[in-house]
Amino acid sequence: MTTYRELLQQTKSEISEVDARAAQERSGAVWIDVREADEWQEGHLPGAVHIPRGYLESRVEAVAPDKSQPVILYCASAARSAFAAKTLEQLGYTDVHSLAGGFTDWKRNGLEIVMPRTLSPEKRTRYSRHLLIPEIGEEGQLKLLDARILLIGAGGLGSPAALYLAAAGIGTLGIVDADIVDETNLQRQIAHSLDTLGSPKVDSAKRAIQALNPDVDVVTYRERLTSENIDRILDDGWDLILDGADNFPTRYLVNDASVWRGIPVVHGSIYRFEGQVTVFKPHDGPCYRCLFPEPPPPELAPSCAEGGVLGVLPGIVGSLQTNEAIKLAAGIGDPLVGRLLLFDALATEFSEVKIDRRADCPVCGEHPTITEYIDYVEFCAR
Amino acid sequence: MSVVRIPPVLRTEAGGEREVEASGDTLRELLEDLSSRLPALGSRVYAEGAIRSFVNVYVDGEDVRTRDGLDTPVREGSTVILLPAMAGGC
Ligand SMILES: [Zn+2]
Repeated sequence: MTTYRELLQQTKSEISEVDARAAQERSGAVWIDVREADEWQEGHLPGAVHIPRGYLESRVEAVAPDKSQPVILYCASAARSAFAAKTLEQLGYTDVHSLAGGFTDWKRNGLEIVMPRTLSPEKRTRYSRHLLIPEIGEEGQLKLLDARILLIGAGGLGSPAALYLAAAGIGTLGIVDADIVDETNLQRQIAHSLDTLGSPKVDSAKRAIQALNPDVDVVTYRERLTSENIDRILDDGWDLILDGADNFPTRYLVNDASVWRGIPVVHGSIYRFEGQVTVFKPHDGPCYRCLFPEPPPPELAPSCAEGGVLGVLPGIVGSLQTNEAIKLAAGIGDPLVGRLLLFDALATEFSEVKIDRRADCPVCGEHPTITEYIDYVEFCAR
Repeated sequence: MSVVRIPPVLRTEAGGEREVEASGDTLRELLEDLSSRLPALGSRVYAEGAIRSFVNVYVDGEDVRTRDGLDTPVREGSTVILLPAMAGGC
């Protein structure tokens, strides 16, 4: 029979134990805290990832996909981390070390620790289905709660986006729209309802958001976006813009301002049965002018009011935009940068085309020729 | 033969079709063929030997502006997408 003490001693003799200084010298190492959640809440090492010992085997590959990468494990006093190191070696990790003295010695020696921000029990319940996803978790949810997203338009695309962003716990949503809710909107604009007919769309959307999630701060701008007001609105500080505008002058205006300010734009547009979605990430990928240097002539650019739109289409396209927005806010996944996604509801078909930056783009190219706001209405009427 | 996808705003010019066939070894030949059979559609996207500036053309998912423009080769079974901008968010 082996006692716990003997097993620990034997395990320690079989793994590598390093002191704080040696651990800090392992460049590029992943630091994993294998303690329980309540211990983590009372402070942890800077840059460490929290994987409780019981989840180590199932979650480690997500945080350390390369098994030759250095891994530093710690617990309170280097017992659990010794067993954890042994386990990781069995999983094929080749450069694993347990931190001698664990968190207790680290803290006692006056080395830096960080106190984690945490979710309240109410938020933990509300967002539990996000917290269960390893790519999001508590850290990702905190990022969503800190995020500030500006919606251009509270119509077809803006409605599902506003509701799903609110449900996801995006901390602050700005909404720009000058329109009033009317009967023809209710075929698709699900943030509005019979109760809000005749009210400004921004107020109607705010009501729907707050009924769903009071954690969300809503900032409303009941005005049409123009060169005159865009700087004032963007000065309020937005991490990203979800563009659901219904006209070309606004699309080009949003593009130019976002490139100059470095704000990513999640773009969506719809007509009848077809939709387009992409992400314009200034300087990392193309902008709207790289994709469409010129708007089409007016007879080739009918609005939904003129040509119609399938009611569910903005639900699909606005949700795809929301998916991109949530990924960008949480810093996960592969955004639709440099790719234009096309959706055909009649054929139920998605296709994708590549979009490249244009060296001669007048706004984001090598020698920009447009460096201040232009007359967008005139530009789009030519 | 290649398949040409017609954007919703140009379907009237294509007899209401979502896709039409056209042939050619290069994009130029293909657009000439399309223009001869559907002149109203052809003139919307291709005029005076050039692609209209407000229409993007993709051959097998790639913008022909980043390839060889009208000389971009088109293979049997290629998909050609004609795409003007859409603004609607309504
Ligand atoms: Zn550009």
